[in-house]
Amino acid sequence: MNFWQSILEAIESLLSHKLRSALTVLGVVIGVGAVIGMLAIGAGAQDTITGSITDIGTNLLFVVAGGDREVVSNPKPLTEADAEAIADPFSAPSVLRVAPMISGSAEVSFAGESTHTSIEGVTPDYSLVRNVGVVEGEFISELHQLGRAAVVVLGQDVAETLFGRTQALVGETIRIEGQPFRVIGVAEEKGGSAFMNEDNRVIVPLSTIRTRLIRRSTADSVDTILVQAAGADAVPQATEEITAVLRARHRTPIGGDDFSIFTQQDFLATAETITGVLTIFLGGIAAISLLVGGIGIMNIMLVSVTERTREIGLRKAIGARKRDIMLQFLTESSMLSLTGGIIGILLGWGLSQGVGAIAAASNTELVPLMSLDAVLLATLFSLAVGLFFGIYPAKRAADLEPAEALRYE
Amino acid sequence: MMNEWVIEAHDITKTFQMGEVEVHALRGVTLRVKRSEVLSIMGPSGSGKTTLMNILGALDHPSSGSYLLDGEDVSGLHDDQLAAIRNRKVGFVFQTFNLLGRHTALTNVALPMRYAGVTRGRRKRAQQALEAVGLGDRIRHRPAELSGGEQQRVAIARALVNDPAFILADEPTGNLDTKSGDEVMDILLNLNKDHGTTLLFVTHDPEVAERTERIVRLRDGLIENDKGGGA
Repeated sequence: MNFWQSILEAIESLLSHKLRSALTVLGVVIGVGAVIGMLAIGAGAQDTITGSITDIGTNLLFVVAGGDREVVSNPKPLTEADAEAIADPFSAPSVLRVAPMISGSAEVSFAGESTHTSIEGVTPDYSLVRNVGVVEGEFISELHQLGRAAVVVLGQDVAETLFGRTQALVGETIRIEGQPFRVIGVAEEKGGSAFMNEDNRVIVPLSTIRTRLIRRSTADSVDTILVQAAGADAVPQATEEITAVLRARHRTPIGGDDFSIFTQQDFLATAETITGVLTIFLGGIAAISLLVGGIGIMNIMLVSVTERTREIGLRKAIGARKRDIMLQFLTESSMLSLTGGIIGILLGWGLSQGVGAIAAASNTELVPLMSLDAVLLATLFSLAVGLFFGIYPAKRAADLEPAEALRYE
Repeated sequence: MMNEWVIEAHDITKTFQMGEVEVHALRGVTLRVKRSEVLSIMGPSGSGKTTLMNILGALDHPSSGSYLLDGEDVSGLHDDQLAAIRNRKVGFVFQTFNLLGRHTALTNVALPMRYAGVTRGRRKRAQQALEAVGLGDRIRHRPAELSGGEQQRVAIARALVNDPAFILADEPTGNLDTKSGDEVMDILLNLNKDHGTTLLFVTHDPEVAERTERIVRLRDGLIENDKGGGA
């Protein structure tokens, strides 16, 4: 009962200076709003990134050339022969399929329209390993691969840019780096993701890209070997088998691998580290504004104590103890900051929804996530800010000498 | 049997340190006040009148000497204990009323009970106190909606509400016109007549002092003259 009365009295007192209280609260509102907004956007970004990594597939491994630079001075490139060796079911039984590829970027054009896009040279198995289907026509076949055929599968965005449509394109001829390529298919829409757009690319046979577009130092070298393990559980086993095969073929000593194998887990760990740092960084900046808000509260409470010196003197004269006065002012300051915190949570939610909407409008998938944890944390933290920055003014009030305070002009 | 003496102050001194200089505000004041007595403390400014009032009202500690307030030795108490003494034993009436502007007359009067930890029947007691000063129909008004005389009557009700040992009135008519001042004095003196309330006026207004049976005059931190009392 006494508790509610104190709160009621604090609210009454704060309402007697509406503008001042509102401006003081605003500092906390902005601080908490920023913290909540940043955390929500950070969590949303993390979700999007990990989501797009998960989309890669849980059983996928990426093998690339190059290893620890300190140990390996002259790494051998990966080759198609390496890919074939990995695909050998006797030496690597955990491996299901292998897709070597070369990637780069190229200028593609059609009838005056041209665009710069990424280009991938792949083998037919790529469509199974990466689960790339076609909405029209066919994917690259063994025949195209053997014949170094000048054929291309278009990504949806590229098709849209060059032709203004994504259908009835089979048989058209486009130019890649000036050379004519016949369109044999249009890839399914994969959707944009935070860190790459798989619709903005063209796919050609590996043999074609090597001979006509992107020359590599060694005749049959590739940039990346995609390996599909027999299952998600087989990934560690597959990693070991691939390592064994490549060490034997590259004749590298133990511990000095000239290649690296990445799994989805590795990407996830990296992405989580990056987004985690980002979230802490953004949250930290936001926390500074909360600190500034707290100082605002302290400032206004000090003004209030000075203004109400006589009131404090009177209260003490009629029997208020130090802690009564202390409680009165702490209640006021924490009501200020708590109000700010609650409004700030709403503002932060609005802010993150706004950013989400902007992201959606620019075709980036970012769904802000406001966790209960963040809300509770912000509420408690704003309350703590009010208490902490209220202590000094409240102490000043409580320590006033009643006789002097009563005579204060 | 209650103690006969409400105030027993013996050889009170008070020294303030003003920078380098020591100011002796009180140089040894001995004063005893009987229950139901009405007295005025008078004196020119600088006489130590206010300092004595602060000590008698338990707002401040004496530098030396002993002080029994309603039989309780308060000279050695710390701040919060003094607050409790003020709350139970002293009713203050100030020149400037010192009402809380945001609160109604009723809440203002109920405030001392809150600090006393009274939880039940506060409204009723506050209302009774307001009726006792003739403001039973004004309980919902805020100070700004009341005249000066009415505000001072609310302050008197507030002083009464915890049934104190004495009322300490510091220039209670100083901010009032003659008519309201007389009314306020009447109310206070009637409280003494009807209920035996002990009244201590601190004033330099001879008209107030004239209406009290005993006048204590202070000069330079000493009692110069003590007329009319039985002590």
